[in-house]
Amino acid sequence: MYTKDNESYFIVDAHVALWDARPENQRNIHGKQFIDCFYDYHRNLSPEAEHWSYEDYLYQGGERLMHDLFEVGYVDHAIFQPAHLGEFYTNGFGQTEEASQLAAKHPDRLTYNHHFDPRNGEAGLEQLHADAERFGLKGVKLYTAEWHGESRGWKLTDPWAYRYFEACRELGITNIHIHKGPTIRPLDRDAFDVADIDHVASDFTDLNFIVEHVGLPRLEDFCWIATQEPNVHGGLAVAMPFIHTRPRYFAQILGELVYWIGEDRIQFSSDYAIWTPKWLIERFVDFQIPEDMTEYAPLTVVQKKKILGLNAAKMYDLEVPAELRLPAADETATGPREPERADLAAV
Amino acid sequence: MSLLTQESTRAAQAYAALHAVVDPELDEPITDLGFVRSLTVSSTAPVRVEVHLRLPTSFCSPNFAYLMASDAKDALTALPWTDPVVVELDDHHDSDLINAGLAADAGYVGTFRHEAESSLDELRTTFHRKAHTAALERCLTRLLRGQPELAEDAVGEVRLGDLPDDDFTASLRRRRATLGLPDLPEAYVLVDHDDERPDNIPLALRRARSTRISIDGNAHFCRGLLATRYGEEVTAPAFVPLTDLHREGASS
Repeated sequence: MYTKDNESYFIVDAHVALWDARPENQRNIHGKQFIDCFYDYHRNLSPEAEHWSYEDYLYQGGERLMHDLFEVGYVDHAIFQPAHLGEFYTNGFGQTEEASQLAAKHPDRLTYNHHFDPRNGEAGLEQLHADAERFGLKGVKLYTAEWHGESRGWKLTDPWAYRYFEACRELGITNIHIHKGPTIRPLDRDAFDVADIDHVASDFTDLNFIVEHVGLPRLEDFCWIATQEPNVHGGLAVAMPFIHTRPRYFAQILGELVYWIGEDRIQFSSDYAIWTPKWLIERFVDFQIPEDMTEYAPLTVVQKKKILGLNAAKMYDLEVPAELRLPAADETATGPREPERADLAAV
Repeated sequence: MSLLTQESTRAAQAYAALHAVVDPELDEPITDLGFVRSLTVSSTAPVRVEVHLRLPTSFCSPNFAYLMASDAKDALTALPWTDPVVVELDDHHDSDLINAGLAADAGYVGTFRHEAESSLDELRTTFHRKAHTAALERCLTRLLRGQPELAEDAVGEVRLGDLPDDDFTASLRRRRATLGLPDLPEAYVLVDHDDERPDNIPLALRRARSTRISIDGNAHFCRGLLATRYGEEVTAPAFVPLTDLHREGASS
């Protein structure tokens, strides 16, 4: 819970990880390249006071995670969204055992989502059934650029992926978090293209598809698809820290999202441990669209409350204190919201 | 002409050739983005040119990485005096694969084998279209800013000849030429890659704006990451002084 100016915000950090990128877990050079890439994200987009040492960054452990999120980070509930990266890390990047045990110990605080890979075929499908039971899964995190033997990517529209989504439907795994990455087969096309999300969202209208990083680096394609599909949501992982380095760009991202998909389908996350939630939440509550950007309406307290927690809480059936709940906006299910806000002549 | 002068001239020509190579995703020259890490021109014939490229992360898309590296090699090979041309991509997850493919002139399919289907033409086209969309949005938004009385629906009627003769318009005309759109004063500005005009003008402009925001945001993020990754090494100059270029076997 975060309180400022007599307003209280219920906080759900919808994308966190407990990873192990220490050298002893790196399977090859790509393990080092991957964590170095994350570390550069961290160094590039964090305020100087929030920088971690490289050693701290390689591995945090559960105790530090609990401290950073819940003791100092204002977070009421966090959701693990693990990346497997089995080709880069001996014991995987996301730590299944440690994270799921932590979630089992603090069910009021943590939800554990797991991952699947449709290239594991029939065996993977069986594993998904077992994982759903073991972890009580409500959601999964999918990384389409996961390397897997000779393959370095997959599409949500692959026939096997459909088998897995059908299984999700049966198993009550309703929340499908998608992270697009740089590789796909064939490499002829743009690996970040989100067109496959359009197809699955139409074919599985009873599942929620949360596109992490709000589709970045393809924000425009994400907005265009999400405005047409009422079950497509945007996760703010990686977009959040631009609030510090490039507040005007952040304002544009937020403005575009509110215009195209509305205030009820945007979810805050710190992407812990790439960043920590405390400063992001403080800055977001203080944040306002710059006055000269008249093409976007100012962000309201209601919108901030929904984005910071109420939207994800609703999706995950989390208990929110009655006085903090808010109704859904009375808006169109598809198409741009409040187009009169698009004051184009004044930009 | 002394050898050193000739060598400097050649380095400048090589650099100018690299300046024509564009990151398709960001729609900016690789020289301006700081992606050219080093350029070495030998002083004796045959003139060996070696270029090292670098990117903001190890995990930048391999297809774009290959496009830029192979375009760089093609641009340098097209200079009449270069032999051989060596282009290498540093510090990327696919460096070994891409560098081997470039050295062998294996082409896209030969380089990526089972991961490649036919060509990267479609990928290139996708981003030429996005670059055009972003360029027209910049022009129309500037027009709207300058003419508050102009209704948003009216931007659908704006023609190339109505735009001021400035850098934004020049940029739009280049991108139109790439797509094969007419370069005529009476041509409409708000069109898609097939020269089709949209039905819903505000929505089309708004969608174009999201494209422009996305490209601008990515370019800024990539620059920032490159600077973080390479620290002091990075400058993203419009022009690299020749004294900064590496020389090999410089003779008097």
